[in-house]
Amino acid sequence: MLAPITTAHYLVLSAILLLVGVIGILTRRNVIVLMMSIEIILNAVNVNLIAFGRNLDQLEGQVFAIFVICVAVAEAAVGLGILIALFRNRETVHVDEIDLLKW
Amino acid sequence: MSQYYTATDHFVLLPALLLALFGCATLLFDFLVFPDPKQRRWLLIFLVLGEVFAGVAFWRQQQFLLEHGGSLAAFRGALVIDHYALFFHWLFLAATLITGLISYRYLEVRDEHHGEYYGLLLIAQTGMFFLASGTELVTLFVGLETMAVTFYILVGFLRADKRSNEAALKYLILGSVSTGFLVYGFSVLYGISGSTRLGDIAAAVAARDAWDPVLVLALATAGAGLLFKISAAPFHMWAPDAYEGAPTMITGYLATASKAASFALLVRLFAGPLGPARESWEPLLAAAAVLSMTVGNLAAVTQTNTKRLLAYSSISHAGYILLGLIAGSPTGLKGVLVYLLVYTFMTLGAFLVLTSLARQGIAGDDINDLRGMMKRAPGHALWMLVFMVSLAGIPPTAGFIGKFYIFWALIETGHYVLAVTGAVYVVVAIYYYFRIVKAIFVEPEEAEAGPLTVSLGTRVGLAVTGVLTLVAGVYPEPFLRLAQMSITR
Repeated sequence: MLAPITTAHYLVLSAILLLVGVIGILTRRNVIVLMMSIEIILNAVNVNLIAFGRNLDQLEGQVFAIFVICVAVAEAAVGLGILIALFRNRETVHVDEIDLLKW
Repeated sequence: MSQYYTATDHFVLLPALLLALFGCATLLFDFLVFPDPKQRRWLLIFLVLGEVFAGVAFWRQQQFLLEHGGSLAAFRGALVIDHYALFFHWLFLAATLITGLISYRYLEVRDEHHGEYYGLLLIAQTGMFFLASGTELVTLFVGLETMAVTFYILVGFLRADKRSNEAALKYLILGSVSTGFLVYGFSVLYGISGSTRLGDIAAAVAARDAWDPVLVLALATAGAGLLFKISAAPFHMWAPDAYEGAPTMITGYLATASKAASFALLVRLFAGPLGPARESWEPLLAAAAVLSMTVGNLAAVTQTNTKRLLAYSSISHAGYILLGLIAGSPTGLKGVLVYLLVYTFMTLGAFLVLTSLARQGIAGDDINDLRGMMKRAPGHALWMLVFMVSLAGIPPTAGFIGKFYIFWALIETGHYVLAVTGAVYVVVAIYYYFRIVKAIFVEPEEAEAGPLTVSLGTRVGLAVTGVLTLVAGVYPEPFLRLAQMSITR
């Protein structure tokens, strides 16, 4: 028989997701993968919010999570738009080649 | 008006509604009425009208507060109007208006005159409204992101310019990561307090030990996100790149309004609900402030691009403003507000002069582009001298008043080491600001570029920022009274 899943488990999951996202940002060099890592960080936040909301028996956490999802979508949309504009001029999505400005 | 949207709610929200409405109207009119690029400068009227209407709404709120005192909360404590918020609203209004006025010539010269530009400025200001007025985490988060996402677009507005694309992409990636950290901190704050309202969070934070690990986690992640937004070291790496690649007036807007809005949130959070945990965040912020002053001032010395130079200068200014928050006394908070006010005017003025240097196909942001400016445009050259002297913090200009109150507060509260560090870096700063002055007045012109063509909007903007920079230095009394009123809750 497995132990029941508690709020603490979700918080640990969220911390792991945050860590995975940050490692992705630091090690990956493809802009698309960087954007995916950002989504993972924001989803870590969502797991956190919903776990707290459930623990506290409130709806606020879920509402907050929905707002985070909306904002993540807006950010991804603008990010891909900017990436397309860059790709038209430079034909690359590789961070090491995007080096006109000193990083 | 129902129980979900009362008359008070409407009164508090009205300026943001007007700004968003005029922003959307600009987008619509651009698309339907002005298909010809040459007519697009008329869309500036929407920006001016939007600001006038919002200004009237702010004025009515201010009159209400002066009569009844205190503050006015709306939406069950999600938004608040107090003198602190109004101080920032006026600052954003002035910065947005000046940025709009100086933009049209630059956009026409760079062949990127699109109507949505003015709409985006208004929508960015709507985001700033929620940052200064919000007292609830979801509101603050959405306001911050409204502002940030708009700024990603504005930084990359020169679609055909590779540097602008690159700046926008870097700003977006790093900005989104910082948002992730900030909202992670917010989620932990929600978890420990069971509420998203700052008032309830204050009680939960006060009940905990300042070194409680969960609280420190929330402070560190939210603090890192906010330090990124104000471009303080060690989270400053995006600033020089984004500042260099962005259209010049957007660089000015990013350095002033966006930074002021993030400071509005930072001070409201750290001097408010997170105040009881001062013991644990004070060392973190002090380290960030000293590092910002060091990195900003030392890296600025070697720059050859004026926008990059001013980017590093703005990083060091963020460090100085943080010192006011670290002092934490009423004098310190007053210093933060006065510093932000004078910083906005002098920095906006400096970027305004740089914006007017743009010619067909040339961004005009190399330090050599300033050469011989004294001959080409003596008025611009003299105003630039005023802005540089002020940024360096030399009396009798506004920059001195800002630094004076910060240092006074530090000495008053016994932070002698921080005060001395800050004062030493002022000397370094004088060196690099006067490199710009030297290029303007001493170095000979390389090629005959002819006199500058200056638009009406630039003249107005320059007069406003220049006169305010001088007046605040010679007669700071009204500005100090305004700041004093804003911090007394």
